[in-house]
Amino acid sequence: MSSRIKEVFKNSSKKLVTFVTGGDPDYKTSKEILDKIIEKGASIIEIGMPFSDPMADGPTIQLASKRAIDNDTNLETIFKICNHIREKNLSIPIVLMGYYNVILHYGIKNFVDKINSIGVDGLIIVDLQPEEDQELYDNLKSKKIDLIRLITPNTTSKRLSTITNQASGFLYYVTITGITGQKSADIKELKKIIPNIRKYSQLPIIAGFGIKDKKDVSEICKTADGAVVGSSIVKIIENNLNNKKQMMNEIGFFIEELKKGTKE
Amino acid sequence: MVQNKNSYSQWPNEKGYFGDFGGRYVSETLMPLIEEVEQVYNSVRNDSKFQKEFDYYLRNYVGRPSPLFFAERITEDLGGAKIYFKRDELNHTGAHKINNCMGQILLAKRMGKKRIIAETGAGQHGVATATVCALFGLPCIIYMGEKDIERQSPNVFRMKLLGAEIKSVSNGSKSLKDAMNEALRDWVTNVQDTFYIIGTAAGPHPYPSMVRDFQSVIGKEVRSQIMVQENKLPDLLIACIGGGSNALGLFYDFLDDKEIKMLAVEAAGLGLSSGKHAASLSGGKPGVLHGNKTYLLQNQDGQIEEAHSISAGLDYPGIGPEHSFLFEQKRVKYVSATDYEALEAFKYCCKTEGIIPALEPAHALAALIKIAPTMSKDEIIVMNMCGRGDKDIFTVADALKIKI
Repeated sequence: MSSRIKEVFKNSSKKLVTFVTGGDPDYKTSKEILDKIIEKGASIIEIGMPFSDPMADGPTIQLASKRAIDNDTNLETIFKICNHIREKNLSIPIVLMGYYNVILHYGIKNFVDKINSIGVDGLIIVDLQPEEDQELYDNLKSKKIDLIRLITPNTTSKRLSTITNQASGFLYYVTITGITGQKSADIKELKKIIPNIRKYSQLPIIAGFGIKDKKDVSEICKTADGAVVGSSIVKIIENNLNNKKQMMNEIGFFIEELKKGTKE
Repeated sequence: MVQNKNSYSQWPNEKGYFGDFGGRYVSETLMPLIEEVEQVYNSVRNDSKFQKEFDYYLRNYVGRPSPLFFAERITEDLGGAKIYFKRDELNHTGAHKINNCMGQILLAKRMGKKRIIAETGAGQHGVATATVCALFGLPCIIYMGEKDIERQSPNVFRMKLLGAEIKSVSNGSKSLKDAMNEALRDWVTNVQDTFYIIGTAAGPHPYPSMVRDFQSVIGKEVRSQIMVQENKLPDLLIACIGGGSNALGLFYDFLDDKEIKMLAVEAAGLGLSSGKHAASLSGGKPGVLHGNKTYLLQNQDGQIEEAHSISAGLDYPGIGPEHSFLFEQKRVKYVSATDYEALEAFKYCCKTEGIIPALEPAHALAALIKIAPTMSKDEIIVMNMCGRGDKDIFTVADALKIKI
């Protein structure tokens, strides 16, 4: 397991995990956004690697991917952003999230070597399940980078053991059947399922999808070990494309609020 | 077909791979669902009751077998091989697409699904899906790119008449690729009650082989029809290829007949060197999109590129995984035809045989026109006339700068 992820989960406080697309709306602003998010107390940061066909994402993150790609974001840009974060902060876990084709195209070994050298701690690939991820898994394992597995409300118990079998870092529980930024998290279902997942794995469980504000975070954190907020942050970027100062202020305030949610 | 080590029928393997291609690359939410589709499909493959029901509807509703027509005037004009058209354009709804839709809706019924979704490019698959949904009384939602809605208005109206709800997709390239993204997003959101009828031999396993199997009726019919008419098997099979379901439908039954050559024709759009084309094999490389590993048009960063073709049905940056395999095995030869060549073939077919072909098989015909004269008179070509061109008359008029 990545030592930084392990370290973060050493204490039992609930974690705030944030998602923004790397390079959205552009390289420079994206770095500032991540600086702000870290400054305001995110426990783990997820950085999206934009893809032309983000099939698991709703309109908000689709648009973020498009903005990033239109402004020439590619994997090299994402690596530079990670470098920028690591230069200032040696402890916060960085998790890259995206779709398989971009990595496959870069070359699995090249990719893993690269993210290892810049201090990335985990990887979430939305369209790659344990049945297909052996090569990537082996490469990541040799570098102690976590391949974070996703579990959904309809994951069967047979699949649950397949998924948890080689899982490391933490487990990502998707609170809804659906895409990002649409339906609200199904808390009732989450309360039922998380205890069941714990029977299969000792790993921390972070919940994501449909978690929109402080209240949601606080509710989720009663059961899960932390919450991921993505589309709501990305929406602030989208709404303030012409006013960067306002964008930073709103993001800062929002992250502070979310952080409070983890403590309630 | 007899299973043996060298048979093409051994593919896909249990993980859904044809050689290096295929597999199942979807979000976790879809995995349980797709595993169920696979399970139920495996159970009906050898279930005589299911096959009987499928055959019944193909015969009495779709109008199968479709004729195998000797295109005498084109044969004479080109002065080479004897040319036959497998006339799948005469099927109910005007293309081969309904063979697959019929199979999948029977499967959806068996699984107790209450809602059907599909993507469509040219609208032929959308019309076929809307048709079988009307036939079995299931609600139908069709995802279609904004650009395709514009260029295929007759099919849009047809789908509406059949009771389908059309959802316009305005992101990305506004065509088939993005319609498929939206359909997948719908499916992931409505996993409990929805069945996704994928229109081509692509997508997560078992779709590529399932669609191929439902379409393979085309080649099976050709085998018996050509024996009756010529008392020998064809020398060359030709089909156009977008995702590749009509080509596989024609080829599959003959893959183990080593002496039979096969030619698949991709859409070269404005030309392969123009960058505006849809030829995934000639101009792409292996990658992962829409649930499978296959050849894809992509840029230097692994972003999927927009395809271009005058034919909405071929306007897709990928290809079914079995074709990627047959390409690398060199079992099928893959060539391409440009928009211009397809249009010329379209006009030629109308005037010479009295058949208005869809722009998709017009690409196949364009390749046929080049190769037939180089073959001898005792050789036989069978080309899949996989769709009729009524839907394309506005596009063609536009391309020929004619006002109607």
